[in-house]
Amino acid sequence: MAGLRIENLRKSFGAVDVLKGIDLDIRDGEFVSFLGPSGCGKSTLLRSIAGLEELTDGAIHLGDREITDLPSAKRDIAMVFQNYALYPHMNVRKNMSFGLSLNGMKADEIDRRVKDAAETLRITELLDRKPKQLSGGQRQRVAIGRAIVRKPQLFLLDEPLSNLDAGLRVTMRAELAALHERLGVTMVYVTHDQVEAMTLSSRVVVLDKGRVSQFGSPLELFHRPANLFVAGFIGSPKMNFLPVRASGADGARVTVSGAGFRQPLAVELAAQAAAVDDLTLGIRPDQMRIGAPETGHLTGTVRLVERLGTESHVHVALEDGTALVIITDGTHPGRAHDRVGLTIPAEAAHLFAPTGEALPRKLDPDTERLLQV
Amino acid sequence: MPMRRTLGYGALIFLTALFVAPFLWTLITALKSEAELYAYPPVFWPERLRWENFSNAWTALPFTTFLKNSMIVVVLSTLGQLASSSLVAYGFARFQFPGRDPLFILLLATMMIPWDVKMIPLYMEFNYLGWINTLKPLIVPAWFGEAFFIFLLRQYIMTIPMEIDEAARMDGANAWQIYWRIHLPLMAPALVLVGTFHFMNAWNDYLGPLIYLNDQTTYTLPLGLALFKGLHEVDYISIAAITVILCLPPLALFFYAQRYIMDNALGSSVKG
Repeated sequence: MAGLRIENLRKSFGAVDVLKGIDLDIRDGEFVSFLGPSGCGKSTLLRSIAGLEELTDGAIHLGDREITDLPSAKRDIAMVFQNYALYPHMNVRKNMSFGLSLNGMKADEIDRRVKDAAETLRITELLDRKPKQLSGGQRQRVAIGRAIVRKPQLFLLDEPLSNLDAGLRVTMRAELAALHERLGVTMVYVTHDQVEAMTLSSRVVVLDKGRVSQFGSPLELFHRPANLFVAGFIGSPKMNFLPVRASGADGARVTVSGAGFRQPLAVELAAQAAAVDDLTLGIRPDQMRIGAPETGHLTGTVRLVERLGTESHVHVALEDGTALVIITDGTHPGRAHDRVGLTIPAEAAHLFAPTGEALPRKLDPDTERLLQV
Repeated sequence: MPMRRTLGYGALIFLTALFVAPFLWTLITALKSEAELYAYPPVFWPERLRWENFSNAWTALPFTTFLKNSMIVVVLSTLGQLASSSLVAYGFARFQFPGRDPLFILLLATMMIPWDVKMIPLYMEFNYLGWINTLKPLIVPAWFGEAFFIFLLRQYIMTIPMEIDEAARMDGANAWQIYWRIHLPLMAPALVLVGTFHFMNAWNDYLGPLIYLNDQTTYTLPLGLALFKGLHEVDYISIAAITVILCLPPLALFFYAQRYIMDNALGSSVKG
């Protein structure tokens, strides 16, 4: 087992810079996810770690070894591919033992490892089948088994659940978490599904346009997003944003107001912020409250109510056309064309500087304690 | 619907008869006596089936030697074709190197050069090497690949997901092991197709052996067959008998490989 350290990793394809200087320090035994929208460079980063892409610049260390220029096979890394990449002409047993036999391992040791991995993954009865005779979930298990038998220092998983149906994905997610717990090996997981990233990972790397936008625990990303991109990307439905101006500052307390605000909002920050006028106010949909018209901070008109049973998503348009989404309980009586008043609890507000960076947010003691765990 | 089906089957039976008729006529000719061959009005079915015509034709000339030569040429050149074409196709399909695409286009362009144009330079080359009157000119070129087969195999390899190569690389396989242990087994259907095509070409080749071989001990079967055609006399019955024998190996091979050939012809049109 080993931790992974990446220094100033850059990768360009011709004139296109895909990774623009990535620095990461992943601890031994951690489960870290690379999360980001399509084209953010997360798969390229994973492939660079695997040695499947040649770096333009930078260095990769696994434990105390530098592996930057080592071929894939010598890095002591196993990878599970998105489409599993099982060898179609080999049965499950051969798929799992192929790498071991190439490395000259003795037959009885290979048998033992394959048997152990098959038992762990509950695929013993499938060992003599070819990949085309397996279901998606079974293929996934075999692909993981092929990685396990090598006992690598680092596991790389490239969107391994994306080809499974929703139900199976939930089951496999739990199995992956259990597997990580049991093996205790460092795992790096690429996904565009934030639920997977949030539930599986000890820490998440959010990537945006080839740069690390934030690297932190799932709750840290949710409660203390470093910038507008992370704030908008983490959470569903996404955070509501409103342009505001700081009308006054008193130490760590900033009073903001914007177009259509009936009353200003005084937000307590964790530290005194540099004086800025134009800010962006962020508020999660489940934190805003809907009330009678002409109450609260803002007034708007309901455009659409999506009823999901336990909750409803109320889409509201402000007078200047800004669209907001508010999550209410499932029995909320609101209907399209209703005029409503919106209240923003000051303690739930996020403030962002014009550069997009978040101002230091003050959390309630319970949440603060949770983030320290 | 039954009417359309009847018409369909009728057309199929007609076409089958059209294609089978020459072979049947050759077989019947091989079983006739000389008198029946030249009888007027023509005799369709011989009075007695003269199976001895086959052994007579076979022993009239050293056909066992011709068969041995043909087998050496066909087996060695087919092996060469499979090895070289698949290796070159793997290179074009899976490796990035400067000038790869122009080289591939150049390779494809060689398909447009007719054999007749290459015949004399090739003869001069093999003559210089001292290979005339040996089987080498019929075998060695096949070990340097054939543009059409390389193209066919390259297209096939390109349908195999790149992740399989990458998984093998992660497993510790080098480029040769990926070719030998992953691509070759996966290419099997396309290799059967290439092997069958090349086998048939080499088995039936008449012009190549005619140019390069002078001595009867080096003759292949098609050359031996032509010996029945003399200046003043043509031994039609022996020609028919040997022709029937000559048809059997390609026929057997085609029946065996038919499934792969049809799969390929259909599969490649879907996969692109």
